[in-house]
Amino acid sequence: MNPIKDQVKHQLPEIHETPSRFRNTIGKYIIKRNSNCISCGKCADICPYGVHIMPDNHASPFRPIEHKCIGFDCKQTDHYCIEHCPEDALVLKDNALLDTMGDYRWTSEMLLGHFAMAETGNAPHVGLEYNLGNSGGGFDKIRFIEPDPDLAIDISDEEIDTGIDLNKTGDDRPQKTISMPCYGGGMSYGSTALSVIIGRARAAKKLNTLTCTGEGGYPPEFLPYKEHVITQVATGLFGVREETIQQCPIMEFKYAQGAKPGLGGHLLGEKVTEAVAKMRETVVGSSLFSPFPFHSVYSVEDHKKHVDWMKEINHNVLCSIKVSTPTDVDMVAIGAYHAGAHIIHIDGSYGGTGAAPDIAKKNIAMPIEYAIPKVHKFLVEEGARDKICLIASGGIRNALDVAKAIALGADGCVIGTADLVAVECVRCGNCESGRGCARGIATTDPELGNMIDEKYVEQRLVNMYMAWRKQWCDILRTYGLKSIKELKGRSDLLVHLDYLDEDDQKRYQPAPGYKMIL
Amino acid sequence: MPQKYNISTKAAPPRFYPVGKYATIEFREDCAGSCKECVKKKCVYDIFKDNYLHMSQMDEPEYLYTCNSCFRCIQECTKGIFSRVVNPEYREIGDDYWTPDVLGRTWCQAHTGSVPVSGAGYRGPFAGKGFDSMWTDMSEIVRPTRDGIHGREYINTCIELSRRPERLTFNKDGSLAVEVKPILEIPLPILFQQPDFGVLSKKVLISMLKAAQTIGTKMFINAADVYENLMPFGPVIIPLVKKDTFQNYPTLLTRVDMVEIEYEPGIEKVFGALKAMNEELVISVGVSLRANLDYAAICVELSKADIDTIHVYADAHGREFESDNPRFIKDMLRDIHLALVDAGTRQQINIIASGGICMAEHVNKSIICGADGVAIDRPLLIAMECRLCDRCRKGLSCPVELESIDPAYGSNRIINLMGAWRNQMLEMLGAMGLREARRLRGEVGRSMWFEDLEKESFAPIFGERKVSIDVG
Repeated sequence: MNPIKDQVKHQLPEIHETPSRFRNTIGKYIIKRNSNCISCGKCADICPYGVHIMPDNHASPFRPIEHKCIGFDCKQTDHYCIEHCPEDALVLKDNALLDTMGDYRWTSEMLLGHFAMAETGNAPHVGLEYNLGNSGGGFDKIRFIEPDPDLAIDISDEEIDTGIDLNKTGDDRPQKTISMPCYGGGMSYGSTALSVIIGRARAAKKLNTLTCTGEGGYPPEFLPYKEHVITQVATGLFGVREETIQQCPIMEFKYAQGAKPGLGGHLLGEKVTEAVAKMRETVVGSSLFSPFPFHSVYSVEDHKKHVDWMKEINHNVLCSIKVSTPTDVDMVAIGAYHAGAHIIHIDGSYGGTGAAPDIAKKNIAMPIEYAIPKVHKFLVEEGARDKICLIASGGIRNALDVAKAIALGADGCVIGTADLVAVECVRCGNCESGRGCARGIATTDPELGNMIDEKYVEQRLVNMYMAWRKQWCDILRTYGLKSIKELKGRSDLLVHLDYLDEDDQKRYQPAPGYKMIL
Repeated sequence: MPQKYNISTKAAPPRFYPVGKYATIEFREDCAGSCKECVKKKCVYDIFKDNYLHMSQMDEPEYLYTCNSCFRCIQECTKGIFSRVVNPEYREIGDDYWTPDVLGRTWCQAHTGSVPVSGAGYRGPFAGKGFDSMWTDMSEIVRPTRDGIHGREYINTCIELSRRPERLTFNKDGSLAVEVKPILEIPLPILFQQPDFGVLSKKVLISMLKAAQTIGTKMFINAADVYENLMPFGPVIIPLVKKDTFQNYPTLLTRVDMVEIEYEPGIEKVFGALKAMNEELVISVGVSLRANLDYAAICVELSKADIDTIHVYADAHGREFESDNPRFIKDMLRDIHLALVDAGTRQQINIIASGGICMAEHVNKSIICGADGVAIDRPLLIAMECRLCDRCRKGLSCPVELESIDPAYGSNRIINLMGAWRNQMLEMLGAMGLREARRLRGEVGRSMWFEDLEKESFAPIFGERKVSIDVG
């Protein structure tokens, strides 16, 4: 009997196909059927991907489901509909819309790849580059080393452990193990639609991981999932009450966040609806500023006092300290450890889901790729690495980024943007303007906020993380590892293209490097 | 306590429909025509309402300056007739350095006076050349951070343009033993500069001067271009003169409090003559950063002379002049700053940097590299809707009719831009824990550089870097 196998098997949730909320999906290719079509149904017969569907009781085929089409790669197969159509009624072309979508960090293909994973729970069958962005540095230039075939092991996904331990201090507080090497970042009630944050909590429960309240209070809808909800205590202390700390397994002190390091949060007045105001104990329509920094913390001693205070309120709670990535992030991390934290959470500058000044996102604090090895190394040197859980976030976009972050030295990651992409965020960036997100994700608008339901969010997230898990299992198997914990700090398994000779570089997938119009 | 400095902004919508990033495509032949669910009516941002007006005026194509890219019309149209592409005109505006994105953001700030804010994280390249190869630091937990933008703590952005004595000395009776000249200061580390191209009509120059006057800064203008109707702006103007021409402007030089003279060998001989025309005159020397000049040594020599400020000029892309492999202004400023520090004169003299300053972050980064402040030219034109289309250089008409701009409107747009820039500077200063722009000068300890971070974090893991770092 394999204990890991049993434990993992018990926790793995089921995948259910969860299609897009929108009528017209966005695909890499456009496939149109023109009026020459005689509804012979040949295309529907031969397409194995479900692009063409013509149910028996229908006189003509449905409109092609474009995002499932593998495009010109299909030419090599015996089911290329364009050539099989007897009336030349089908036209296939690249979708020019993709030029207007995505950016250097989240390319259009990475977005589409994640839409597909969230829909199916598997890696997309369309040729999409969803593991690498076009940023030209950091994770986009780091690769896993060419594997030694002798190392590979032949075990099933069920036998691989992707869980991480959050309490390594050896204190008398509970051991907390989550089954994924990542958990959900804080998104507050007020900034994000209630159905989205509750959907995230439901997914966290199914996946046996966590989500975080953000700084917006603790809606009662979280209670059924309270074992999987982190209460965030941030500088504005909005909605923080004794009971919300008493009912959480982990509380998170947010000193800073990567998207706006050194700056306070800002919830625009338009988003402060009656419900939000009530939850945050503020006034309807009035903009809410979270100050920076904690005005009760100006020293390491003050910080320890903070941690002690929380620990006293809840004797079972684990303490996470969320900080940004300044030059001295390593010193901050060791300070957090000595103050009694269980988790040090470093949030790099390129991530974040909430609205932030563009100047801060681009320029303030260092990218997470630099901060992870810096902090990991320092904690090792200080003899503290095995007693604290190092969590990285901020610009960690996909399963490969998570694996790379862990190999660089993190225990696990916190994910925000990818969760939103799973529920069809297109990263238009207008989370803060007017009524909020037009796609119903980051909004409290009565109409827009109801575009999404919890079940959809839950299942899309479960699907995406299960697809990610398959990728992690592939990596672990390749290098002969049975647990993602064994990957921690294995930077010997990584290479950086800029640190390889020209010949060696050719052995790895090149970094995308095309010019984009921003 | 002196009144806290603030730049008041007031929305100034564009006069001309700006070049939008996207162009919509509607395959109208596929439209059912009678659809009651038309996505145009349901647009969250009401884009299409504006578009209808636009089309009825037969102005320009329906480029969506205001499209917020939610893709809902594309994804919800019952006939799927919508798509969009990047507007070809958007690709054409600006150049590699003054990118369409820089122009679009500048227009937006000049319109609203607000700091550009967006959600969902950063979207650009990991790092880049020039200013994009450095990050600024922030304070965490144990160092006080300053909350400047929301007004609880005042962050001072003022800089001086006049020379400072090396140190104060006192007589036995406590009186000052050194001569302390009047201090000339401006409330933000940004000066204006007459652009080297563009539609520079009187109205355009007045717009710029009026904005400078309102926010309390100054503007460099060729002395020859200071017509009588600009005279009322007096001390706002910093006339640019040369060794051979300064004597032609006796009246002007008595009505201003600062002048700039172009550097040439032997220039120090005329400083006395300049002072003779106006004893109070603060003198700046303009030095072009040319590859064949040892500009750091020149600046050291100048700093020992009786002048107040050195104004260094790079080209419009922040590059060295007359070089096949031009250096970037951040590196040139580092050299000059450190040379002055070594010479022991840095505290007495001020450095103003020109060239390649196109975003708010460039102001702070220039100061970190060693400048006291910066001078900007193109952003002033762009604020007034200039598209850097270069038509004016070819003698063609200006698409935004800059020549006829109302100075009240033009200055409003420039003030808005400066208000937004200053707030962004405050964000960065606040995060760094600084309460004074002057404290940022040469403060590389509050910055992180690409090459250093690669070395510190990646070299121990990946070994020797094989692809050379090009951050210049």
